[in-house]
Amino acid sequence: MSEQVQAVERDLTMSRAMVEAIADEMRADEEVFYMGEDVADYGGIFDSTEGLREEFGYDRIMDVPISETAYLGAAVGAAQAGMRPIAELMFVDFFGVAMDQIYNQMAKNTYMSGGSVSVPMVLTAAVGGTYNDAAQHSQTLYGTFAHLPGMKVVVPSTAYEAKGLMHNAIRDDDPVVYLFHKRLMGIGWLPAPDGPKTPVPETDYTIPFGRADVKREGEDVTIVTLGLHVHRALDAAEQLAADGIDAEVVDLRSLVPLDTDTVVESVEKTGNLVVVDEDYRSYGVTGEIVASVADEALGALDAVERLALPDVPIPYARPMEQAVVPGVEDITAAVERTQG
Amino acid sequence: MPPITDLREMYIDMVTARHYEERLQEEYLEGKQPAFDISAGPIPGELHLAAGHEASGAGVCQHLRDDDTVTAPHRPHHVAIAKGVDLKRMTAEIFGRESGLCKGKGGHMHLFDPDVNFACSGIIAEGCPPAAGAGLAAKKRNSDSVAVAFLGEGAIDQGAFLESLNFAAVHDLPVVFVIEDNDWAISMPKERVTDLENGARRADGFEMPGIRVDQDDAVAVYEAAAEAVGRARDRNGPTLMEVQVHRRMGHFMGDAEGYRPETDQEAALERDSIERMAAHLRAHGLDDETIDDLREEAHERVEAAIAWAKEQPEPDPGAAHEDVWVNPPSGVTDSEPAFDLAGGDD
Repeated sequence: MSEQVQAVERDLTMSRAMVEAIADEMRADEEVFYMGEDVADYGGIFDSTEGLREEFGYDRIMDVPISETAYLGAAVGAAQAGMRPIAELMFVDFFGVAMDQIYNQMAKNTYMSGGSVSVPMVLTAAVGGTYNDAAQHSQTLYGTFAHLPGMKVVVPSTAYEAKGLMHNAIRDDDPVVYLFHKRLMGIGWLPAPDGPKTPVPETDYTIPFGRADVKREGEDVTIVTLGLHVHRALDAAEQLAADGIDAEVVDLRSLVPLDTDTVVESVEKTGNLVVVDEDYRSYGVTGEIVASVADEALGALDAVERLALPDVPIPYARPMEQAVVPGVEDITAAVERTQG
Repeated sequence: MPPITDLREMYIDMVTARHYEERLQEEYLEGKQPAFDISAGPIPGELHLAAGHEASGAGVCQHLRDDDTVTAPHRPHHVAIAKGVDLKRMTAEIFGRESGLCKGKGGHMHLFDPDVNFACSGIIAEGCPPAAGAGLAAKKRNSDSVAVAFLGEGAIDQGAFLESLNFAAVHDLPVVFVIEDNDWAISMPKERVTDLENGARRADGFEMPGIRVDQDDAVAVYEAAAEAVGRARDRNGPTLMEVQVHRRMGHFMGDAEGYRPETDQEAALERDSIERMAAHLRAHGLDDETIDDLREEAHERVEAAIAWAKEQPEPDPGAAHEDVWVNPPSGVTDSEPAFDLAGGDD
């Protein structure tokens, strides 16, 4: 801790921070390139590559045909040839078109080769709902990718995380799935909440995978979450504070590897665990976190609550979507149930 | 040349679809101005409008019956209208209302009307395999119904499309694949993603007929589709068609089209397939007054559908939990038969 801590005053949106990390890595390494649908002239439907084509040209910011199997598989092949491709799925929901390349090739080739092959690529994808895009364009699928072995899975919640996690993802020698929430990016047509726009250092820096971040310290209850719901949990914590309940908010930041230690340490302090996820409830993130804490510190658990999407596809109409995606009030209510 | 009754019906489908898209655009933008917020306003979610695609839907669907199956992509309204989907309930669905086609669960990219065997899906080319499946069912049942899959030119590089062509060809299925070529896959001009100017040539590798209609003229589409649908109905196998259409609006509402040259937009606006269709009607002796009346009636039908939709209640939030299953798993409801599983004597 002898290092001088620098003050950072520049605020960026999450998309600008993500793009800055990609641009830095592309300047430093000719072997880094980006492939995806509408990533060049459009700059990414969710601003994930805004401005990169202007600096790096069409050869390194590559628009591709609508052929996810071909270009995601091509990223695997280029990575195995030693390059460092970043390939974008426009919506994570489209993984179904190309899952074989993702989970049977990208995720398994290192293991199946006995470690003789590496796949140093990043798979980026936009995730999440809250804008009524219905069942095929609103999922997060966090648990699906984290369940299948062989992929590191990271989820930034702020601009600061977006940059540090992206630097680390590109430099990592394993395949990394980088899931960015549309609602957090700061896109003109999809307003973000206040939280994700944060100070971001101009210098490059990496955020290690498997290190959760305590976004708010508290004594009474631990709220474990990720992505958009970090901000909803922080809002809930502010409301709860007014009622005398002091909530700690843990942002997982990475699902694979998972920082169980930070979660367990927090629960040992508070005794109460609320897990909030924007993915489906069954066989998913909430169950995994509760099971991990139970494995390590069953005795510390006084109360447990899980909030996630019920096991239904995401409905289109606004009242129904709002009913299934956990909101701030759902979080405060869950926390209050632990305080009995 | 099609008979006058067909010409009139196609014209009605086309002006209905055009007015529908223009009115939906207005309704959609309400509450989203001056600052565009996709999650605000009376119409939720994304909206992909098909203004400029009308000739394709009208010319193909004119040959179809209610028992023929149609699958459409994320830009479906003109096809749905031409296929005879219930306009009021479709509109209510787009507004996210309880009495919508899908009770507000599907939305504009996921419309289902089993009464006329229409469905659409939001994932590129993914309507092709189910269309092949509808053709397969017709063939197995010795029915003369057919299936048509609509897709955009951006979809012709997708595995689901190419695999479906082969599947339909090898099984001689009564399926027509209709590529609607509007030159743009979101921001991607066709020549940058496909080394093929004529998408109908994708048929060549599957020993299947491929027809390109290179002007958005509903009569030319009608004539090409007569051949393709007729071939399917006569159990002579699948056909691939490509129809040149044009995109008058952005990929989705809110798309500023910064990637698109203004000259291209202007050219699209000048290519008016509806005026061309009106000229066909005039050539058949319909006077301007009659044509105006047809258009007015179509507009009134659209207005009535929108007005009706807006009066419908929003769904109950709790309804989100219904309809996952046809047979909901409500715990142990069936008794399990008892068997002696001890095995045989030997």
